[in-house]
Amino acid sequence: MSSPTTLFEKVWSDHVVVEETTDTPAVLYIDLHIVHEVTTPQAFSVLRENKLPVRRRDLTLPTLDHSTPTTPVSSFKDLLVAGEGAARQVRQMEQNCEEFGLDLLGYGSGRRGIVHVIGPELGATQPGKTIVCGDSHTSTHGAFGALAFGIGTTEVGHVLATQCLLQRKPKTLAVNVEGQLPPGVTAKDLILAVIGKIGVDGGTGHVIEYRGGAITALDMEARMTICNMSIEAGARAGMIAPDETTFEYLEGRERSPQGAEWDEAVARWKRLRTDDGASFDKTVTIDANKLTPMVTFGTNPGMVVSIENAVPERNDASFQKALDYMQVEPGKKMTENAVDVVFVGSCTNGRISDIAEAARVLEGRKVANGVRMLVVPGSELVKAEAEARGLDRIIVAAGAEWREAGCSMCIGMNGDIAQPGQLTVSTSNRNFEGRQGVGARTVLASPATAAASAIAGHVADPRDFS
Amino acid sequence: MKPVTRIQSHTVVLPTRDIDTDQIIAARFLTTTSREGLGKNAFYDLRYDKDGKEKPEFALNQPEAKGCGILIAGNNFGCGSSREHAPWALLDFGIEAVISTEIADIFRNNALKNGLVAIVVDDDSHQWFMDNPGVELTIDIEDLSITGNDGRTTEFSMDGFARHCLLEGIDQLGYLRQQQDAIAQFEENRSWKP
Ligand code: SF4
Repeated sequence: MSSPTTLFEKVWSDHVVVEETTDTPAVLYIDLHIVHEVTTPQAFSVLRENKLPVRRRDLTLPTLDHSTPTTPVSSFKDLLVAGEGAARQVRQMEQNCEEFGLDLLGYGSGRRGIVHVIGPELGATQPGKTIVCGDSHTSTHGAFGALAFGIGTTEVGHVLATQCLLQRKPKTLAVNVEGQLPPGVTAKDLILAVIGKIGVDGGTGHVIEYRGGAITALDMEARMTICNMSIEAGARAGMIAPDETTFEYLEGRERSPQGAEWDEAVARWKRLRTDDGASFDKTVTIDANKLTPMVTFGTNPGMVVSIENAVPERNDASFQKALDYMQVEPGKKMTENAVDVVFVGSCTNGRISDIAEAARVLEGRKVANGVRMLVVPGSELVKAEAEARGLDRIIVAAGAEWREAGCSMCIGMNGDIAQPGQLTVSTSNRNFEGRQGVGARTVLASPATAAASAIAGHVADPRDFS
Repeated sequence: MKPVTRIQSHTVVLPTRDIDTDQIIAARFLTTTSREGLGKNAFYDLRYDKDGKEKPEFALNQPEAKGCGILIAGNNFGCGSSREHAPWALLDFGIEAVISTEIADIFRNNALKNGLVAIVVDDDSHQWFMDNPGVELTIDIEDLSITGNDGRTTEFSMDGFARHCLLEGIDQLGYLRQQQDAIAQFEENRSWKP
């Protein structure tokens, strides 16, 4: 009998074209390559210079997300809302797709959206696939038991030209989450707690597998939130073994296998789990029963605290620099901080369940005076579904803005930014200095915490708004 | 890519931990479609105040930092986004090597593919570099060593393939394209098709 292996090892070994040696990395085959306007222009230039085609157009999924305005677009002039460079980048992507024969899910497709939102919702993201994109949050797709990770632009060129990557095999880290999330505590709170525990470099060089009862109890969108932020712990990828929840989500989607192929696929997917007795390079265990809503207080996602507790004190220059930037004081709770902007969206929390959760908290209430709240769906399909459910009307009635799909304030490349010194409670994944605008201060939180904070006018506990 | 065998330069020290790629090159500078000219925006918000004036206290703005090609950085340098604009910006700014106790995975991969030498050293050596800003170091990719002008030597390790590519100036796309037959065979033989 062959020795027991992990989920990661099964997917890895299924894609090795050439084994690695001490002198050379493995050649790894890629099943799905998602591309967008920001990290591909220089890669397409390399193809052009070398007179190379895109090897597998059928495995390449292009869209527009980062540099797109969140106001309606029907002409080039409308794109300019996001700035001239951004508009040109979008145009360049449209031209590159045309030149290389790629079917762009762009304007007019009804399918445009954040790279990590559209892959799953179209059913293109599937268990056992290798998935890459020139964006670090590609880890999101690991929620389906895919091996998915972010790559640089040079590597985007490699995949476009050869459908392969040169890779060294990473190590494995098991994150076991035992118990059950208490009411009012979400996947976002859980992953923030994990990063707080292992640190922003705790996963460097590793692929994480999230395991345990608290993980299998999550729906697919919550699992995506978890895997999404693996990179915030330094890990290349995060994975969750596929199960009935996964199959149910995928069945009948646009690009999911159909008919007999579906049955074959499910049979194959069922084997994608870590064998009993397989070993990981590292293991961490977390007790879900003890978790509370979490918020960040500093300038990296590991600087995180329970909404119930005070900001900690540490005698460390980098730590102090972060607190100074954030204008928060140790010994005080984050709920004492007034809020200027609230952002609900991004590949972490911009899916339909996230919008619905924010709407639940907003329903029949009003956003506090002086607070600007933006709700940005992760894709055009999410937007359409939210509108079909009437969520947009609840959001607008509460005094928040309902915008067009895209990355928006998660990265602020399209003009959606906070002003210097403003504090934003954001459902995105990075609270780095200047991430949401020069001098802007970011507090990462769940959609419920974000909506609660918009109503309260300060960072607030969502459990007070049930 | 030009071969990189040896780097000889003075150091500049940026002691902060967890310098992320958003700080190396902010998102608003990513709307470019070329890889040239990003250096002027490297570390922009750390280098300049809101009126666009240089912040004199920032390490890279100090007169003795001019022309320094080796960056000594705090732990976990280059974390965050996968933007290759980060190493492009550093190279264009004149940085040829980054030395830290830990360098984020994607950044390190991106850096080495562009000839920016990313090196992880032990805590003691790192502390010495941090405490001695401005020293002249020679980084030898052949020997995998860093030698100070006082003769002090630190060894480091590097993936054999990355080192080979640096020394020979190998373009990895060319290497991958030589595997075309194996790739076609893999596509042909696999038991399921994506
Ligand atoms: S939503 Fe934010 S993190 Fe996600 S892909 Fe867009 S910019 Fe990146």
